[in-house]
Amino acid sequence: MSVATAPEKTKEPLFGTKQKKTLTDPFWDNNPITLQVLGICSALAVTSQLKPTVVMCIALTVVLTGSNVAISLLRKQIPSKIRIIVMLSVVSTLVTLVDQILKAYAFDMSKQLSVFVGLIITNCIVLGRAEAFAMANKPWPSLLDGLGNGLGYSVILLLVATGRELLGSGTLFGMHVIPQALYDIGYVNVGLMVLPPGAFILLGLIIWVQKQSSKQFEV
Amino acid sequence: MVDLISIATKAIFVENILLSFFLGMCSFLACSKKIETAMGLGMAVIFVLGVTTPINWLINHYLLRDGALAWLGYPNVNLSFLQFICYIATIAAMVQLVEMVMDKFAPALYQSLGIFLPLIAVNCAILGTSLFMGTKGYDFTESTVFGLSSGVGWLMAIVAMAAIRTKLQYSNIPLGLRGLGITMLITGLMALGFMSFIGINL
Repeated sequence: MSVATAPEKTKEPLFGTKQKKTLTDPFWDNNPITLQVLGICSALAVTSQLKPTVVMCIALTVVLTGSNVAISLLRKQIPSKIRIIVMLSVVSTLVTLVDQILKAYAFDMSKQLSVFVGLIITNCIVLGRAEAFAMANKPWPSLLDGLGNGLGYSVILLLVATGRELLGSGTLFGMHVIPQALYDIGYVNVGLMVLPPGAFILLGLIIWVQKQSSKQFEV
Repeated sequence: MVDLISIATKAIFVENILLSFFLGMCSFLACSKKIETAMGLGMAVIFVLGVTTPINWLINHYLLRDGALAWLGYPNVNLSFLQFICYIATIAAMVQLVEMVMDKFAPALYQSLGIFLPLIAVNCAILGTSLFMGTKGYDFTESTVFGLSSGVGWLMAIVAMAAIRTKLQYSNIPLGLRGLGITMLITGLMALGFMSFIGINL
């Protein structure tokens, strides 16, 4: 049996094309929210303003990267029958850490995000990536995958939040950006954008653009 | 009693857990293609919510909150940072338990719900309701009613969605909007409809 090098034996470069693809694919072409349909709940709930959205994106990326690495390290020890509960406890430990840090250093923000920090535990992205990627891959690619998906999630969240805050209250990060002159000639903020339906509709439209541009259609 | 009815109507219509707090979206999108599955999943969610919300209330009230351990003689202990991990453990354990009990005593029901039950453990509507119950400061009965009626609200939303999606098969939707896109837009319209309940107070 002299078949050419087994793939496990070859030493992979730390940051080759494959690793780069793992990292950047989720940004647009394989986006966790719009194409994998994971983690939609928080994408809608926290996006009425940009500030909490940014905090949420950072929190999720940290938890996702951390949990992917931890689960990837543990993957050979976790019995497959109880893997869900093991993953949940890893994730909820990380979320507890993030929550405590937010409470200590950004109390107002943690009040504003209320239950949604806790809900990162059941955010399908975290469990979905743990199950689909971290259980079958080494720590380093898992870290990249976690980071990539966290950032891909952030891309969509920031898009939705920018749209909602700009159209809904005419501000970005709380600063007025729509000139007074525009209001004087009769421009009105779209109050609907701040409310739940606005989030659904805006995300629906973003998904449309995204699918049209990446040519991934559902039948 | 009026209180409880008010909590129930609020949780079902005005502050529908799905349409105004966006909880449980993932399974809502994945399982709303057929009315039967939507119904089954909705029933399972009501059941699990009705069981876990009161249990989590008891855990929070007697073990975790600030000063909760006074009955053990430790009035200064505050374990509330363990909230997330305890709640999710209760939920996962309850789902497992419900699954086993159903398998033993109601195999027909178990067969029809089978695949959906384990999914419920990671449905954010369940954990969300437990967390909301804490922030709203409900007592035991109120929490139970809140849990059950959140479930009813969720069931209503998913069944309505499944019904709309069944009809949707006959319409000619732009290619990129098919699937997730159009579902989001419809959910938006449904949320808009539910907003007409705002202001109803008992």
